[in-house]
Amino acid sequence: MENKESLFLDVKITKRLKNFELNMDFRAGGGCLGILGPSGCGKSMTLRSIAGIITPDEGRIALTDGEEERVLFDSWRRRNVRPQARRVGYLFQNYALFPNMTVEENIGAGIKGRNKKKVVERMLERFRLAGLEKRYPLQLSGGQQQRVALARIMAYEPDVILLDEPFSAMDTHLREKLRLELQEILKEYGGVSILVTHDRDEAYQLCRNMVLMDQGRAMAAGNTRELFHNPITCKAARFTGCKNISRIERTGERKLRALDWGGLELTTEIPIGDEITAVGIRAHDFEPLSQEAARGWEEKEEGNLIPVRSPSVSEMPFEWYVTLNNGLWWKTEKSIHAHSAEDVIPPWLRIPPSALILLTGEPE
Amino acid sequence: MDWSPVLISLKTAGLSIFVTFFLGIFSAWAVIRMERPVWKAACDGILTLPLVLPPTVAGFFLLYLFGVKGPVGKFFVDFFGVKIAFSWPATVLAAVTMSFPLMYRSARGAFEQVDPDLIAAARTLGMGEWEIFRKVILANAVPGVVSGGVLAFARGLGEFGATSMIAGNIAGKTRTLPMAVYSEVAAGNMDTAWAYVAVIIAVALVSIMVMNGAAWKAGGGRRRGK
Repeated sequence: MENKESLFLDVKITKRLKNFELNMDFRAGGGCLGILGPSGCGKSMTLRSIAGIITPDEGRIALTDGEEERVLFDSWRRRNVRPQARRVGYLFQNYALFPNMTVEENIGAGIKGRNKKKVVERMLERFRLAGLEKRYPLQLSGGQQQRVALARIMAYEPDVILLDEPFSAMDTHLREKLRLELQEILKEYGGVSILVTHDRDEAYQLCRNMVLMDQGRAMAAGNTRELFHNPITCKAARFTGCKNISRIERTGERKLRALDWGGLELTTEIPIGDEITAVGIRAHDFEPLSQEAARGWEEKEEGNLIPVRSPSVSEMPFEWYVTLNNGLWWKTEKSIHAHSAEDVIPPWLRIPPSALILLTGEPE
Repeated sequence: MDWSPVLISLKTAGLSIFVTFFLGIFSAWAVIRMERPVWKAACDGILTLPLVLPPTVAGFFLLYLFGVKGPVGKFFVDFFGVKIAFSWPATVLAAVTMSFPLMYRSARGAFEQVDPDLIAAARTLGMGEWEIFRKVILANAVPGVVSGGVLAFARGLGEFGATSMIAGNIAGKTRTLPMAVYSEVAAGNMDTAWAYVAVIIAVALVSIMVMNGAAWKAGGGRRRGK
């Protein structure tokens, strides 16, 4: 297989859908691109447009490799390559294995020519399916079905692979294991891959770059870690799992009043720009402090102390969910053996200024 | 008892199900592939028409088209010297016309039940449209297609109205089993009529069992469970 590291996919499409207009413009390549968004936001439609299963109203989809360019779709030049000729592999949510074919027939379905048998054998080996070649899809477990679907795509040697919610049809305990497997497969593959998901853990783990999508539009895009670290808008912050977001009133260069958290006065690490309208803090980023430790911060500007009074506590297997009376959420790890929150709840919580995320836009 | 109606009926029903089966499948495929909804609806309407028309009306149209003076019938007489109306092929023509909609509709329904993602997946894997039709659509629609075949066969075997219009009731030539039953009853020969009825029931039962067996083998038997 040729080197696919230099391959990029440019997508710019619009399509009128029932409730909104799909309007996407992004570049994929150099590691997996994640498209993260709620269900029904147009993620699958985007993938289907790339694969040629549906036709966008307008736009252009092209693969570039250095100087070379291969156009898949161009509405202005009336070009629309058949899905058969696009070399785009699509992993469907339910895997879309042919129920009338055995595992080996499924894997070989897209291969033409003499070395079909060899390729199928190699794929059976690589995807740990040896011994299952005569089985039918309905006789396989969910994880095995996914491996067959991936083997079928890889046997076809596509330039692009599209993964549509690959773990949504799976039990939770299988999911984590298979995510690791998929991570390895994607690394080995090296070509352009796009993963669509509504699960931010999945996107974070598997994707180097990410597009956050809502109502048919990309509302933020960039390096995954960067995006989680600094989501910029309130909506993006919420998508990346930020539980606490409040409108603010700016009271100084680095000072603000959080209006939705009972008027809490906070100090930030960096100066607050004019465009900033809200502030966020992730539920894990609070620092629990004892009475003595809190005293040390009391006089300091960057103290950002919050007294913990009559919190409501909810027990999860590995975490406590603590809701403070001003509406803030705090999550703290716990052992599965601990069932009493008494000694975990500190008298004070502190927000380190570096943990405050400055945001634009309106919190919902 | 005269056995000629049994032979004629078997020949007619056999040949007509052969024609109807493939014709129905291909029409269904052609219609589901149509992209314009208007054309799709129009074709669907025309292909289904014989099912809703009274058989004598369908026969009336056949007579109009294939009669010696009809446009198609005249063509056959002029170029091949073959008279279709009131000959054995007319019984096949009537049976095909009347059983076709059942085959077409069953096949179309079965094709439309196939998960569209399977077809999309096949396309992204580079499979050609004809290959997709055979290996994905048809292969996953076997039970529906076969049950359509059973219905169409039964309809062809029992065809009476259109046959009587275009083929008539000529003993030893176009007299099929249903025709024979009618003629014997009209002549007051109830015992002979009973014999023909018994043959029809036997043929119908056997063919249904054969086709159900085929559907089970091709469709469900091998890929269900472990």
